[in-house]
Amino acid sequence: MAAVRPDLRVKIGLLELQNPVLTASGTFGYAKEFEPFLNLNRLGGIIVKGISLEPRAGNPPPRIVETACGMLNAIGLENVGVDRFISEKMPYLRTLAAPLIVNILGDSLDDYRELARRLDEVLGISGIEVNISCPNVKKGGVAFGAVPEMAAAVTAAVRGATKLPVIVKLSPNVSDITVMAKAVEAAGADAISLINTLIGMAINAETRKPRLANIIGGLSGPAVKPIALRMVWQAAQAVSIPVIGIGGIGTAEDAVEFLLAGASAVQVGTANFYDPSAAEKIIAGLEDYLQRHGEERISNLIGALDTGGK
Amino acid sequence: MSFSNFSPILANEQLTTDVFRLTVHAPEIAAAAAPGQFVMVRAADSLDPLLRRPFSIHSRGADGSLSLLFKVVGRGTALLAKAKPGDVLDLLGPFGKGFDLSASEKKPICLIGGGMGIAPLLFLAQELPGRKYALLGARCRDELTPLAKKIAELGCAVQLATDDGSLGHHGFIPDLLDEILPQISRVCTCGPSPMMRSVAGKCRAAGVLCQVSLETHMACGIGACLGCVLPGADGRQAHVCTDGPVFNAEELSWQL
Repeated sequence: MAAVRPDLRVKIGLLELQNPVLTASGTFGYAKEFEPFLNLNRLGGIIVKGISLEPRAGNPPPRIVETACGMLNAIGLENVGVDRFISEKMPYLRTLAAPLIVNILGDSLDDYRELARRLDEVLGISGIEVNISCPNVKKGGVAFGAVPEMAAAVTAAVRGATKLPVIVKLSPNVSDITVMAKAVEAAGADAISLINTLIGMAINAETRKPRLANIIGGLSGPAVKPIALRMVWQAAQAVSIPVIGIGGIGTAEDAVEFLLAGASAVQVGTANFYDPSAAEKIIAGLEDYLQRHGEERISNLIGALDTGGK
Repeated sequence: MSFSNFSPILANEQLTTDVFRLTVHAPEIAAAAAPGQFVMVRAADSLDPLLRRPFSIHSRGADGSLSLLFKVVGRGTALLAKAKPGDVLDLLGPFGKGFDLSASEKKPICLIGGGMGIAPLLFLAQELPGRKYALLGARCRDELTPLAKKIAELGCAVQLATDDGSLGHHGFIPDLLDEILPQISRVCTCGPSPMMRSVAGKCRAAGVLCQVSLETHMACGIGACLGCVLPGADGRQAHVCTDGPVFNAEELSWQL
């Protein structure tokens, strides 16, 4: 008799996921691009490319550069805008079984509020993820995610404009991640996801020029995983809402580490680029892990890190 | 349709000190491929280097094989240079928009390639019926000879140029274009940006269609990372992986 299949289901607030593996915004296009390489309906959830009110052209090239075990990007939030997202991308996305979470970004509180209001009316969306790493144009371009009061204000604006679950995606470019986590929890976030990319830089010594046209960019991939794990662990202890771990996850073992650190789910990001079937392989690998460890359900792993009492 | 394949390596021929021709058995990708399309290759089964490398398809064999042509320029290609027959290559593809083969012009087509830009032109020459010209250039004789030979065998009228004058015309390929422009209907080109810019300019002046195949860094090859843009003529950014890699020259802003 075959072993009982372990239970991979997790909850993110009111959102029930068939497994804890989601695809990270900005690394999975609008999902259709990945159709040849994995079964989209097996995913725990799909988070699509960040959407703004108006379409954005993004930055000039070069926009990406490979670094040791990672990559820097300065895409500049290129996206089709909310109108075309709803008319062109939603008809396909609506046909998928996996819950769809839409990542939103803006230049002002009004932008975020309006985006949340527009998406609240759209059939087939299970949640909103708020990218707060964007500059607040009205406050001199300081990132919303860098100041607790501003992060809280964005969270409250979105919270007030939609009934959908609100996930706030935290920036790691802060001195204390727990302050940010608590600020958005108090402002009404249903969950937090972290980490967004770490700001970094690459230089060509031969030409004495930056390797990105934007000079600086966001670092992602396996290189950031230890930092992401540390921040997820700290944030999970600071808040009582669910935490979604992101940062260099490419294998089931990586995903398990984030769950042990306190994440209720994970997002696969840069790995989608080098292995477009990575997310599905991770789901299969999690089943294997649970069977190997005699665990009936994956929720038993959440926060189960054994620190020996420390 | 695109595929993910672990493809057995059939051969890895060293053509010069730093140029290699890698042949794999990848029947699904080969059957689906069109000239100008590319594949994404994982150079190592490790996290460093992390990203796949894009390579245009150099040729297709009747036996379900595909060849890639590459020069060792960094860590990824240095690893690929060490690949041996019997090893397995992690391949995705075919991707992108290839050369437009639909037009049925009376006049011949001219293929213009510089250096490693010659790579996709062999596959194109394999698939294009009728009379063809080919203007091919490289740094020196050793680099050009093995590539030019294959294209000449496919019935192209080939003219050569080398930077050092060791074979054919001593100078640049576009110098050779003026003479044959009146005899051709279309140019398909791939190579260094200054070469393609010059070729596109001459074609525009003569009213000859010009298709260019571009190369950039890309993380995914399937339109998800949005990393591989180049400025388009309409002021927007063109995505090399899905809008290209082959473009009509007029679609691009030639500040490249």
